[in-house]
Amino acid sequence: MKYLATFLVLFTIYILLAGFYVQELMLGGIVSLVLTFILAKLVNYTIDYRFPVKLLVFIFAYLPIFTWQLVLSNIDVAKRVLSPKIPLNPGFVKIKTDLKGDFAKLTLANSITLTPGTLSVDINDDYIYVHTVDVKGKTPEENREIISGKFEKLLGVIFK
Amino acid sequence: MEIVSYVFMIIGGLFYLLGGLGVLRMPDTFDRIQSGTKATTLGAFTLLIGIGIANPDWLLKVFLIIVFIALANPIGSSALAKAAYKSCELPKNLVQDDLKELFGGEDNDSN
Repeated sequence: MKYLATFLVLFTIYILLAGFYVQELMLGGIVSLVLTFILAKLVNYTIDYRFPVKLLVFIFAYLPIFTWQLVLSNIDVAKRVLSPKIPLNPGFVKIKTDLKGDFAKLTLANSITLTPGTLSVDINDDYIYVHTVDVKGKTPEENREIISGKFEKLLGVIFK
Repeated sequence: MEIVSYVFMIIGGLFYLLGGLGVLRMPDTFDRIQSGTKATTLGAFTLLIGIGIANPDWLLKVFLIIVFIALANPIGSSALAKAAYKSCELPKNLVQDDLKELFGGEDNDSN
């Protein structure tokens, strides 16, 4: 099941990129097959029949929010570049995450990096270490809600 | 259509400019990494979308490149920040430092 799904995803991407010719199809099939076995052996992930639904949720629910945050953070950067002042209270804070799986954590960390004023530095077990320009919350829970709250909920739906 | 694509490319270039200025003007290492990452990520996105609009044949490939940049850019900045934390002098005005527990407070000699 896992092999078949992986193969289909890879093959679809290949066809989309290469076009619809007989030779390309044969080569794409071979390449996808080899890649499927390598990926399934080396990388720890799960893929099942809910994958298309998850992909749709990812594209239509997650990406708009992510893009909006990215634009906001660029406006933020622009403001600070044009009138730089020493940040008031920078700090490294630790954020707990409930997400399981390497890819989910990676996505969350990347999202944190691209939101205004935060930069994830390291992931250790269930904790993401974040550099933030302005430490707002008093307790770890407050910080967690401010920095990763929105993404955490959405990604929880997608990667569950 | 051509004009739209040029507008996208110019906006992308402007974001790159902002990122470069940010790297020059920010007060400490981590702020520099932050502004660099954000500006170049969005800059690359808009630039590539502009190229994709100009050549619709390339649109799919452009989106693939965007996906890879979205994955790789933040990871690179995290690696930089981690290295910087281990080897640079930290900013004086930190209010909180949870990373200390991870790297044990000792400096410079660990990789």
